[in-house]
Amino acid sequence: MTPLAGYLLVAALLFSIGLAGALTRRNAILVLIGIELMLNAANLNLIAFWRYGPHPEALTGMMFAIFSIAVAAAEAAVGLGLVISIHRHAHTTDLDALNRMKG
Amino acid sequence: MSVIFYVLAALTVAGALAAVLLKNTVHCALALTVAFAGLALLFLQLDAQFAGFAQILVYIGAVAILVVFAILLTRGSETPKDGVYSRNWPVGLVIAACVFAVLGWAVLHSISAFRQGPSAAPVVTVLDIGNALMGRYVLPLEIVALLLTAALIGAVIVAMHEKERPK
Repeated sequence: MTPLAGYLLVAALLFSIGLAGALTRRNAILVLIGIELMLNAANLNLIAFWRYGPHPEALTGMMFAIFSIAVAAAEAAVGLGLVISIHRHAHTTDLDALNRMKG
Repeated sequence: MSVIFYVLAALTVAGALAAVLLKNTVHCALALTVAFAGLALLFLQLDAQFAGFAQILVYIGAVAILVVFAILLTRGSETPKDGVYSRNWPVGLVIAACVFAVLGWAVLHSISAFRQGPSAAPVVTVLDIGNALMGRYVLPLEIVALLLTAALIGAVIVAMHEKERPK
């Protein structure tokens, strides 16, 4: 197995674990954790393709990963702010209990 | 494939599994930190020093702390009595397994993933990254700056205490 295939498989496994976490957990914070894991798996793919791609000196994959990290940080801040706001409003973060859109 | 890669991959996957499987939410946040650290080490193993240290600073330094703060503010560390998994968890598990099967099949059957790529490490200094950020990627950099400002203000406004409205 080449190194690139190994990294891609690890990233696929991480993505699936994150997806499983986002789809099966009840706590909204744990769903956000799953989404973070999925974003990180994508970053690992980008860096692996940058390292083993034909033109690493062009820095494309690296730049993509850095911007992705910045966007993921913004996503985490807004997402957790929303979770705190929902908890203040509904007094729960259980996604099975949050089943209405009306306030 | 070196031994270090296998160790780091096992550490990362174990941290991720613990982060989604553990019952206590605080333990999940700690396991998530382990997974982030493993990923940062994998980045370093891939000769992406800047991305690796950015990963440590942003994820371990900021996102993990944010998650812990959110758990504290929502009292999410109490394990609910009726389980931590949602009602329709088997569906989610099946979907995730299908996604992994498709991704794994695609990786194992791709030609480019098994072509022997350049083995010499690319020499990329922080100076190169800075030049690229200020040159070719200056527009995305400005957009990310705008996005971060908007996210900062938006997160504060969303999480801010609303005053009781007079009725």
